[in-house]
This record gives sequence, C-alpha cells and structure tokens, in this order.
Amino acid sequence: MGEITLEEMSAEYFDVLKELGNIGAGNATTALAQMMQCKVDMSVPQVKLLEFKELGELMGGEEVIMAGIYLGIEGDITGSIMFLLEKQAAKHLVGKLMGMESENAEFSEMEFSALKEVGNIITGAYLNSLSGLTNLVIYPSVPDLCVDMAGAILSVPAIQFGALGDKILLIQTQFFDEMVLDGYFILIPDLDSYGRILSALGLG
Amino acid sequence: MGNMIKVGMADLNVCVSPDSITTLGLGSCVGIALRDPVTKIGGLAHIMLPDSTSIRNNTNIPKFADTGIDELVRQVVAKGAARNRLVAKIAGGAQMFAFQSKNEMVRVGERNVEATKKKLAQLKIPILAEDTGKNYGRTVIFYPETGDFVIRAVGKQEYQI
Repeated sequence: MGEITLEEMSAEYFDVLKELGNIGAGNATTALAQMMQCKVDMSVPQVKLLEFKELGELMGGEEVIMAGIYLGIEGDITGSIMFLLEKQAAKHLVGKLMGMESENAEFSEMEFSALKEVGNIITGAYLNSLSGLTNLVIYPSVPDLCVDMAGAILSVPAIQFGALGDKILLIQTQFFDEMVLDGYFILIPDLDSYGRILSALGLG
Repeated sequence: MGNMIKVGMADLNVCVSPDSITTLGLGSCVGIALRDPVTKIGGLAHIMLPDSTSIRNNTNIPKFADTGIDELVRQVVAKGAARNRLVAKIAGGAQMFAFQSKNEMVRVGERNVEATKKKLAQLKIPILAEDTGKNYGRTVIFYPETGDFVIRAVGKQEYQI
C-alpha cells in the first residue's frame, strides 16, 4: 500500500489533477456536443478538496435529487469514477437526446437507459483523456445509474475516500446549452493507483 | 416544538427533548440513534465505515461504527442519560449501486449494518427497530421525547420506526 493521503498531497500533484480534470471535462463536453448535435460550452472546471460534510452543501443540500452514474475502472489502474448531475438537468439532457422532453417528473425506462448512455459517454471521454495523457490502459465497466438524494449517492465515493482520509476530491464543471448544467466528476483511484498515475506523468 | 440539530456525514451529536436530531441523505452510511427513555436524552451518529482497526488513518472517531458508537454513548451519558437504560434504533446501510466489482467496498452498506449491530450487542444496548439495506437513500429525524425515528425517502411516504 502506498503512503499517500489526500491531505498530504503536494501542490504539484493537485495541479496535475486539476489539469487532468480540465482536459477530461473538455473531452466530455465535446462528446456531449456531438451526441446532442448542438453547441455546448463549458466553464473552467474547478477542482475541490472537500470535507465530507461540505459535499452536500456544494450541490445545494444533501436532499437535492441527483442522477449519479457510477463505473468501475480496470486495467493499469483500478478504482471507480462517478458523474453526477442534478435531476432536472439530467431530464433536460435526456429529453434533448431523445428529441422530446417528457412532462413526467420521474424517469421512464427509456429515459433511464438514455441517461446511462449519456453517463457512459461523458465518463468514457473523461477516462479516454486520462488514458491518453498517462499512457495507462483503462477499461471502464458497464455503468450503473442511481437517482436519489445527493447525500445518499455521494456516500458511495465518500466512503471510498473515507478509507484513505477525511476529504474527497471532486471536479465541478458547468456545461451550457440553453441552460446551465452543473456536473461533477469524482475519480476514485484505489490507493496504489494514485502512485501509478503520478509516475506515468513523470512525477512522484 | 424544539430545535432540530443537524448531524453531518462522519459526525455525531446529542439532543435533549423537546429538540430533535437529524441527518440527511444516508446512503451506505448508517445512522444510529440512542435514547434514554426516562431522561429523554438522545443522540445520533452518522457512521461511514465499519471498522477503525482495519484502517491506518483512523483518527476521525465518528467515521467508524466501533469508535463512533463508543463516543456517542460517552456523550449521551455525559449529558445525563443512564448508561443501562440506553436503547437504539438504526437506519441506512443501503447499496446505492448494483454494480459488482472485486472491491469489497461495494458491500460496505451491509458491512456497516453488521458492524453497528455487533458493537451495540457488545455494549448490551438493545436495538428496538431498524430500517436498513435496500437500495435507496434515507433522511432520518429522531425525537428523544417519544423515541420516534422518522424516515424520509425519495418517492415514498414518510414513515417511522
């Protein structure tokens, strides 16, 4: 097991993650625009190292309903990745993708699977850029989707970060088409994968 | 009506009637409510992981079932509750995502519940009710006045245990 914890993380490493986040989110935005066949803009992603209790507040409260897409990662590095989107924004995206926005507040079976695909493409684009930059082989697993309270969804990555320390690292990106969509990436490498990402980038 | 005290993730607090105590959006974490029915003093812990002894970085006491419950007991007793009258109710420990991996963390909700029950049994604190497992998030509100443990989940009628 490596000795790195997020608290002790060097400023240099933090900058690297920031840059990875930037490029990854940029790729994800391009993928999103291609999929929806329209222009999508993106704000500069913000990389945040947060206490667990600050997490819910960032997303507007622990009880805000979000859609979370969660995938496992295998290959040279292992771990998981999560992409979160507020429910209304998720509905909007899926509606655009399917060419109609449903009135129903809940997701239909069809919308649910379309949303999984959106998550798959977005996280795939993110992982692709990570793989390209590090030359590491990364295979994502089949995505799983959960629509529930932000706090409950976030407990999953928080617990995994909790095994390492008392903070969680996430990347917040705003996408714009006609509306502002707040998206959050959480990359959760297993402990020994941190070192592998670093050395692949010539650090650490 | 008293105030409502909020407990965050990996956090705990105590509460005296008529106040109530809540934690929002429990997923795989477990919420443990303790109460002394006579003094109507209670407390709530929101634990994230089952076992502090299996992790090197374990100074955050409320994060773990074992150390978190010990600390919660200590704090409610310090507030005036009788140690031998304490009773518990627990909720949470859901599995939010179905995806399976080799990673043991996937079953963490279930393991959190097991560890919580084990710890409470060791301390001889009876569990009066539980609402654990399944695949959805829960917000819980505990009222030390009555011992009611109110649970809110998305798309469900509010209920209590």
